[in-house]
Amino acid sequence: MNIDRLEQIDAYTWRLNPETGMHVPAILYGDEALVRAMDDKVLEQAANVARLPGIVQASYAMPDAHWGYGFPIGGVAAFDAGAGGVVSAGGVGFDVSCGVRTLLTGLKRAAIEPVKPLLADALYADIPVGLGSHGKIRLDAKGLDAMLKGGAQWAVEQGWGEARDLARIEEHGRMEGARPENVSARAKERQRAEMGTLGSGNHYLEVQEVTEIFDAGTAQSFGIAEGDMVVSIHCGSRGLGHQIGTEYLRLMQAAAKQYGIALPDRELACAPIESEVGQDYLGAMRAAINCALANRQILTHLTRQVFARVLPAARLELLYDVSHNTCKFEEHLVDGERRRLYVHRKGATRAFGPNHPDLPAAFAETGQPVLIGGSMGTASYILAGTSRSETLSFASACHGAGRSMSRHQATRTWQGRQVIDQLAERGILIRSPSYRGVAEEAPGAYKDVDAVVRASDRAGLARLIARLEPIVCIKG
Amino acid sequence: MTDSDSARWEHFEHMADIGVRGFGATPAEAFAQAALALSAVVCDPASIRETEKVEVECEAADLELALADWLNALIYEMAVRGMVFGRFQVDIANDRLKGIAWGEPLDLQRHRPAVEIKGATYTELKVAREAGGLWRAQCVVDV
Repeated sequence: MNIDRLEQIDAYTWRLNPETGMHVPAILYGDEALVRAMDDKVLEQAANVARLPGIVQASYAMPDAHWGYGFPIGGVAAFDAGAGGVVSAGGVGFDVSCGVRTLLTGLKRAAIEPVKPLLADALYADIPVGLGSHGKIRLDAKGLDAMLKGGAQWAVEQGWGEARDLARIEEHGRMEGARPENVSARAKERQRAEMGTLGSGNHYLEVQEVTEIFDAGTAQSFGIAEGDMVVSIHCGSRGLGHQIGTEYLRLMQAAAKQYGIALPDRELACAPIESEVGQDYLGAMRAAINCALANRQILTHLTRQVFARVLPAARLELLYDVSHNTCKFEEHLVDGERRRLYVHRKGATRAFGPNHPDLPAAFAETGQPVLIGGSMGTASYILAGTSRSETLSFASACHGAGRSMSRHQATRTWQGRQVIDQLAERGILIRSPSYRGVAEEAPGAYKDVDAVVRASDRAGLARLIARLEPIVCIKG
Repeated sequence: MTDSDSARWEHFEHMADIGVRGFGATPAEAFAQAALALSAVVCDPASIRETEKVEVECEAADLELALADWLNALIYEMAVRGMVFGRFQVDIANDRLKGIAWGEPLDLQRHRPAVEIKGATYTELKVAREAGGLWRAQCVVDV
């Protein structure tokens, strides 16, 4: 990215002051190398978001930002319904509520190492993964609607999990305001065989080792110590969310025109929050959030069943479950005034600081765990929300490394078999149905996640707690 | 409808996702080729047998929205039928698109699918006639 147009605020904050049509500035977080490495489209897209009606404070890009559609991936923007603010399907993305949950096993590496291949094979056998894989769960129309209303709470009621899991999930496992009636028959049909499936692309289930602790006190409070083994699951709302994204993006094209909203980019299709389309989308999107929460809950149950067979000593307590692609109605402090806003986070993690009323009591002192996903061979991180990020980014942080290389270039650079062999030499076992998928998702195709989380920490978006490295990865 | 000599498809680069692009003597032919490019995101189209035929219809005010709708209709059919498609025919008349896709149920061993497609986006969405007279139909698909 050409940074000539940006004003550097500090070592990790860059501002594009409002230009033609921008209601607010665009603010990019990252060190100079990260910002320079971002494609120019990130700045263009962040600036375009700043042109949408009713946007408040600024259009933000997290340190892992890259070119998305409409919004950059890693984009955060809040809108005020009373000020004509909009909701944008492109500001949430196709994979609604795609996110990560991390489970604590209570085991050290020495307990897992002797059974590592067995564990990898058992997880691969029991977790439906990749294109064309189906879950064992079939929901009828009534069941599907109950799932869309109930999220992880519904899943636990069905026997997929423990009631105590719910306190460790955003929204306590159930997003209020879901309207299954706003979800089309096609979207529901697309989900029919996909409950309890992991998906493909960058979705995964990893067994990881805590290799470094940055804040011993908070880590202890989160229940993690160096050498602990954890399991992280990254996936989303599957076909249902994808179809909702597709359909509402289409509907919002017409709605934007109807409401006279000038779109700097077709992908920024949006509707006033208080319009019928806007409200319909929010109801459908919240149903998709519940679908994602239910899906990760079912996958957790399947994971626990595998561990019960292979490593019965494992506890698999849920640390937390966070989403990356959402629009949520939240209260934030803007210029000293508390305002209720619709916060879009697309490829960004909510990062509430200490004492936030929506967090479980366990995180009152530490702030919310912020779970940052890796990519097979690279590290994942656990951070914690800060009070400062409230003023910096509506309490948001990065969500992963972010790609730095196209899928094409990745397949030209690596072969899947080679990647698997090289990772095996490093003690990381990959199980995947697709060599090409593995090549496309090769660790080298991603930005340096260490630099991304360091920038998030230094910018004040969230603070570093622990570093995790994979030893088993089930990859879609 | 027969394929003209100029009909072909390709992928183009996008940082996170992948661009699909079809060329043809008519918009319809370019749409059919873009659909082949879509199939190739998942697996090698040459590996797909034609055992079943699926028909789709879309209605859109302009050619670009029609392309996105066409690809999204195929993504939906691939997802709910568990199929992959290796040949397409498209007719476009009066804002209406009628398409036929030939393919077979996904065979994990033979097709070795790389990735599933979430949706066709409006990013880099373009249907236009090029200087040489050839039609180009393209967009980025989210994977």
